[in-house]
Formats: sequence, C-alpha cells, structure tokens
Amino acid sequence: MSKADELRELMRTEGAAIAQNTQGFNDGRYDSVADLEDYEDLKSQARAIKEDAIADLPELLDQLTETVEANGGTVYIADDAADANDYIRNVVADRDADRVVKSKSMTSEEIEVNDALEADGVDVVETDLGEWVLQVADEAPSHIVAPAIHKSRESIAELFNERFDPEEPLETAEELTHFAREKLGEQIIDAQVGITGANFVTADTGTMALVTSEGNARKTVAATDTHVAVAGVEKIIPTVEDLHPFVELIGRSGTGQDITSYVSLLTPPVDTPVVDFTDDETPLSEFDNDREFHLVLIDNGRLDMREDDDLRETLYCIRCSACSNSCANFQSVGGHAFGGETYSGGIATGWEAGIEGLDTAAEFNDLCTGCTRCVNACPVGIDIPWINTVVRDRINRDKDTPGDWLVDGLTPDQEDGGAPLQKRFFGNFETIAKLGSATAPVSNWLADTSVSRQAMERVLGIDPRRDLPTFERETLVEWFETRESQVEDPDRRAVLYPDLYTNHVQVDRGKAAVKVLEALGVDVVVPPTASSGRAPLSQGMVATATDHAERVVDALAPHIDDGRDVVVVEPSDHAMFTREYERLLNDRAFTDLAENSYEVFEYVYGLLDNGADVGALSTVEGGEIAYHSHCQQRTLGLEAHTVAVLEDCGYDVTTSDVECCGMAGSFGYKSDYYELSMDVGDRLRTQLREDGVEERPVVASGTSCLEQIDALLERQPRHPIELLAE
Amino acid sequence: MESKRASFEGALKALGVTVTATTESELEAAVTEAITEPAVGVALDDSVGSEAVSLAETPVTVDPTPVELREATTGVTSAQLGVGDYGSLVLTMTEQASELVSLFVERHVAILHEADIQPDMDTAIAELDERFNETGESAILATGPSATADMGALVKGAHGPKDVHVILVEEAE
Repeated sequence: MSKADELRELMRTEGAAIAQNTQGFNDGRYDSVADLEDYEDLKSQARAIKEDAIADLPELLDQLTETVEANGGTVYIADDAADANDYIRNVVADRDADRVVKSKSMTSEEIEVNDALEADGVDVVETDLGEWVLQVADEAPSHIVAPAIHKSRESIAELFNERFDPEEPLETAEELTHFAREKLGEQIIDAQVGITGANFVTADTGTMALVTSEGNARKTVAATDTHVAVAGVEKIIPTVEDLHPFVELIGRSGTGQDITSYVSLLTPPVDTPVVDFTDDETPLSEFDNDREFHLVLIDNGRLDMREDDDLRETLYCIRCSACSNSCANFQSVGGHAFGGETYSGGIATGWEAGIEGLDTAAEFNDLCTGCTRCVNACPVGIDIPWINTVVRDRINRDKDTPGDWLVDGLTPDQEDGGAPLQKRFFGNFETIAKLGSATAPVSNWLADTSVSRQAMERVLGIDPRRDLPTFERETLVEWFETRESQVEDPDRRAVLYPDLYTNHVQVDRGKAAVKVLEALGVDVVVPPTASSGRAPLSQGMVATATDHAERVVDALAPHIDDGRDVVVVEPSDHAMFTREYERLLNDRAFTDLAENSYEVFEYVYGLLDNGADVGALSTVEGGEIAYHSHCQQRTLGLEAHTVAVLEDCGYDVTTSDVECCGMAGSFGYKSDYYELSMDVGDRLRTQLREDGVEERPVVASGTSCLEQIDALLERQPRHPIELLAE
Repeated sequence: MESKRASFEGALKALGVTVTATTESELEAAVTEAITEPAVGVALDDSVGSEAVSLAETPVTVDPTPVELREATTGVTSAQLGVGDYGSLVLTMTEQASELVSLFVERHVAILHEADIQPDMDTAIAELDERFNETGESAILATGPSATADMGALVKGAHGPKDVHVILVEEAE
C-alpha cells in the first residue's frame, strides 16, 4: 500500500476518534495550564532537573542501585530487550507464577515482554482499560498515554459483545467500564506477579512515581507479592522533592487534567500485607507483607543517546503525550501512522531513532512538518522539531544518492550524502524561484501544462491537485532598486528581508510592507539576500540550510552594524532567524541577527507603541476580518501583535485557533501527504465558515497558510500588511 | 488570601468529593453518617487526633477479613495530608492494609485532621521528601475518585472507588 493510501485508510477508520480525543486533551491542556500561575517556572524547573539527571546518570544509577538494595529490592540493568525479558522471565518462573498482571508501561511495550512471558505459558493481563481493549482486540497502542484513543465506544462495545458474549449486550461507556472492572478485578486478585512501569524513580530513597487515574497500578502492586518495575534508565531523578514540578505538569500536559487521580509514590517493597482474597477468617493486618521487588532498568540504546548531542534531549521526555496532542498531523492520522514500533507522535522520532534505528524512524519522520506547536506544549522544553530535522538529515544521508543527472543545476546544495530527489527539489526552492522569476510568465505557463504536471508528479511526487505558485517577472528587490527613499527624516531605519516568496511570488505584500513602514517614518532598504534556509531545513538538509544562514548573515550583518532593524514578513523565516539559526550559526552571528529581527507586525506594533501615528495607515471603522496566524509565529508568541495592530486600525478581528493550516511549507504539495494536508486544513476551513465568520475577508500571515486557505475557501486570503497599505 | 482549608474544600468540591467537618468527640457520629454499609476500616492511628479517637462505636468493621473487604461498600481510612490547591489526599500504605481498604471499595471515606492540610503541592512534596528519607515509607497522592475515559466517555469508578468523602477533624476549641 502506498503511503497516501495507508494514510487515507487510517483517516477513514481511526481519524474521527483520534481527532476528537487528541483535540479534547489539547484543549484541556490549554485550559489547565492557564490556571497555573507559575507554569513557565515549573517547566524550567522540570527541564533543569532532567538535564542534570541525564548529565549525572551514571552516578544516579549507582546511588539508586544501592538505595533499592538497602530497601530490600533488587536492581537489574538490562542492555537490551532480550536481556530484560530474560531477567523478567526468570523472576516469574522463580515465583512459579501462572498469571502476571500489568499496569500500562510503554517501556514494557518497547521490550515486548508480554510475548516473552506468553511464550513461557504465562497468562499476561493488561489492567489499564484502554490497554486491555487493545489486548482483547490484538492491536497495538496508537498513543503513549491513551493507547486505545483510536477506538470509539461503539467499536469497543462491538468487540466486547462479540468476544465475551455477555447476557445483556454492553453499550454505554459506564457498562463497558463496569464490565472491564469486574473481569479484570477477578484476574488481578488471582495473580502472583505485578509488572508496572515507572514514571520517575528517585535515587535518594528508591521511590518510584506511578501516574494513573484508574487505580490499576495500585491494585497491580497491592494484590500481588512480587513487583517488577520496568523503566528506561532515563527515568531516574535525584530526590523525592524533585518530583514536584512533574506532579504538577504531567497530567496537565497529557490529558489536560490538573492532576491524575492517583500518583503512587512507592518505596518498594511496600508495607501493605499480601492477603488471600478468599480468606474469611484472618484479619487483613495479620497477613504478612513478604514482598519481592525487582527494578529492571533498560538501556536499549539510551546510554548512546546520552552521548549524542542531538538525540540527548529525547531522554528528558516524560511521556506525557503533549507533543502528539498538539500535532495537527497526529490529530488526523494518530500513532498508527505517526509512530514506529513503540513510540508515537512528535517525540517518537527521537525515541525510535535511538532505540530501533533510523529505518524505523524513517517510516513516519516526514509527518513532522516542523510547525513547532509541540515546542511550547512540551513540559520539559524539548526542541522536538529539531530532533526530527536532524534524524531526517541522517536518514537522507543513509540513502543512496539519487541520479545526479536529474538534479544537476537545480540542486546547488551542500548535501554530500544526497537527499532523495523530492527533498532536494523542495530544498533548493531558491534556485527554482530565481529561474521562475527570470523566465516568467513563460515559466508559469510551462509549469502548468499537463505534461509538466505529470512529470512533476512522477519524478518529484508533487500532487497535481495543488496550484503552483505564480512567479512575478519583477522581484521585490528589483522593484525596490529603482526607487528613491520616501522618508526624509526617518525615526528608524530598517532592512526589509526579501524572503523567497515575498521576493518572487507575493511581491505585492512586500511592496505593502515597504509602504507601511515608510508611512510610519521608517527608512527602508531591500537588499538582495539569500533565502533563509527554511526550505532545505524542512527537508532535513542541514548543511545546505547552514550555508543559507551564513549567506543571510553576510548580507544582513552590515545593515545591522549600520543601525538598521531587520523586518521579516514571512513568519517561518522570522522563526529561522530567532530559533533555528541558534543551531546553525555561531553564538555571535545568531544573537546579532535574532536580537535585531522583528516580524513585520511585531515591528509595526512597536512603532505605534512608541508614538507613530496609526492615522498614517489605512484604517477602517469596524471592518470585520478573520485572521489566521501561523504556527511558528504563535510558538514565538507573536500572534497578538497582528491582532492588536489590526484592532488599532479599526478592524473587528476573529482569530482561528487550530494548531496548523495543514500546508506546512512543501508538505501539502507532496502527493503522499496531499490528502492529510487537506484533512488538517478542513479544521481551519470549518472555523472560517462558522456563523459570523463566513462573511469576513480572511487574512493570514504565512505564505503556505495563504496558499492553503486559497485552496480551502472561495474567499481569497491576503497578508494583513496589505490592509494597512491600501 | 484564601485559607488553605477553604482552598482545599473548594478543590474537593470541583472534584465531586463531598466533605463534612467534625470534632474529635463527634468523629464517630460523622463516620457513621458518612458510610454506606457494609463498611470496613483501618484503626485510626495518631495521625488523626488523639488515641481516644476510634471507630469502636461505628458500624465499621475494623481490620476486616479479605472477604469482608471485598463485600464492603465503604472503606474508612485516615489521610496523612491534604493538598490545598489540588484537593489531593496523601494516603498511607501501612501494615494495617490501609491501601487495600481505600482501594478495593466503591466509596472511600478519608479522615483528615485540619492541621494536616498543606497549602500547595510544593509544600506537600517537601514534607513527603522528609518523611520518605527518614522512614522509607510510601504514599498515594489521591485526587478525586478513580476514573477512566478509555471506554469513550469519562466514567467514575474504574478500578478504584467511585465516590470519595472527606471528614475534616477540626482543631479543638
């Protein structure tokens, strides 16, 4: 099955349930963290604790081992899945157990311990209700927190009724839950060994934290006499006190609950007596509490990840799933498409690359479009898009070099390993745009012929259902060259960054930006400059992107030194300057550019705030408008500036709050992803078609957002700067 | 500023947890009022009030057999701490099987001394850090009833109790 077919099938069968659940969790997160006064502070604390803990991991491992052994438990550090499973099988065999109950644990999914135990004839029962549904259905989890998120109540009812044939068919969520509780309750009290994961383990006391809402982890531990906890080595933190920020953040980040019903803080072996649940004579307290505890800490690639400058951050992950829930693509296709052998969603690329290898990560890595919506969602501030970019780069280099003859001339990039042809085409969009403008309108006509479109689909995987950008013959830079400065006694001086699209395609918005700035007393120049490198970066072509970044700095640095501010129309390029360039440039070059760069509305907002006269702009009275910000712009906290300026100019602004428009740069052009891109876009379309919004003209900040909205709606969208220059 | 008790009670209410307040002398009456029979319980230790406080005059079967536990509707235990801003209860895991009594029932009645309400999670965990380091004990941070959304809608009472009731024992005048 082709990738497009596979995604289409998942959207059809699992999409609705996934969309509803993930968006519910995500909305819950927004609400719940808004109530938390010191949210950002807690995130920094959490991040700092994980950073230090991973740095000190070998020492913490030693300390924890000593502590757990002093408490009366054992610690086993397993090199890999087979090693861990052998150990666990021995524990179960030594206990002579015929039933093991499990509390949900992604790490035990990673090592596939169920299969190993079942091969020994042991009955393994998952006690998390969602996980149990999957066990009954013989399916894999699609989400790291809510494993059966892709299943609707109806499909679970159908499954249970067919499988268990209850006297009365089960229907409601309450009936299904009650049925599962009864069924599992009997199996839990009948089991000898309980396997749990561990969300955190503290080295000082050997206390493990288990986060659940159902209470199944509590029962799994309390009702059995042998407890095996399975966790990655990265779960260790120094002290019990360090649990604090995580306890406050994990539920909010994951499902939008302020806190889950139960956070078990167990220092095993626990004091709870081991009882015989059929005994009607002995009081509970008279049973002894002879308990065994085994902590199995798994390396399985993690210690190598710790040495890897780009993958290391993955180990800070607390498996809260915020990156999945906030991901527009995940909201459409879920973890069965957006995941590898175990982990799913944004952070899965890092995990799978580290644990399973690049091949597994490659299967879904391109579903990360680098929109950065997960970056602020992540409670430990992991730069997930960066990890995905680096892994994409490694995957590119792992592949065979494509036929050089095909891309000769179009791909003057720095990629020695050779990214696939499609990636090199999109990554070298700068060259194409230059050629397109130079030969317009012929290039536009030529590109749009059916022969060209077929060739583009066949060779480059560009979907024929997408309109292609139309290049302008005269670029913004060329237009500006013939122009005299309009401002005699400037209040400020700026360089307008001619990004690829503004320069070659949407030249009008560039002209509008120049006019707006000049109207507000800014002396503007528009020098020829390299494209930002966003295009190659999004294809995982890090060396090429770095080359672009260096050329941008070469062109802009003299202007910055000359006292000019850098004003950027395209939000994704502004994000490059202020976020991604930190990874590509030296500190000095990055800081100089980042500190002097402004998104165009951020800049206009600043000018007005400092006394510039809004009357110099085109204003209206109560003009109704719908505004769609841009993912990266919102990550940087810059949506509000546009809204404020538009309101200042007399507009009544309604804003969209979807995570992404779905176009995401070149993503929506690709045949593999076209339908997914439109499915994501459908959520934006729905908002823009709501009552009270339907009639409003639409403005959007990002180039790809504009293209997508153009495809989604009858109303043609514009960049908001054009409103101010009319 | 809102008192920690008011904040605690507000948080409990939002969780659907009911609260009654009482004094040490009226505690048994309050427990009798709060339970649904059959009820089982754990002898109150000195974490709640003085040694004089017991459940002797209530219909609660203290230190039940496992079968009595399974047949019970209500489980009565003490709580070590309350967390003001979250409405969380810190439950102990004792050799008296407090863990089983608070978990294997439909209704959990938790008895908490007002003085044991901590204002926030930060303070509560700092106190647990101290206790764990001294005694090597364990605890459960329980916030509201057990719940799941895995079957397509939020349902209270997954593996653990469906109802939680808190009896606050006020300071003697």
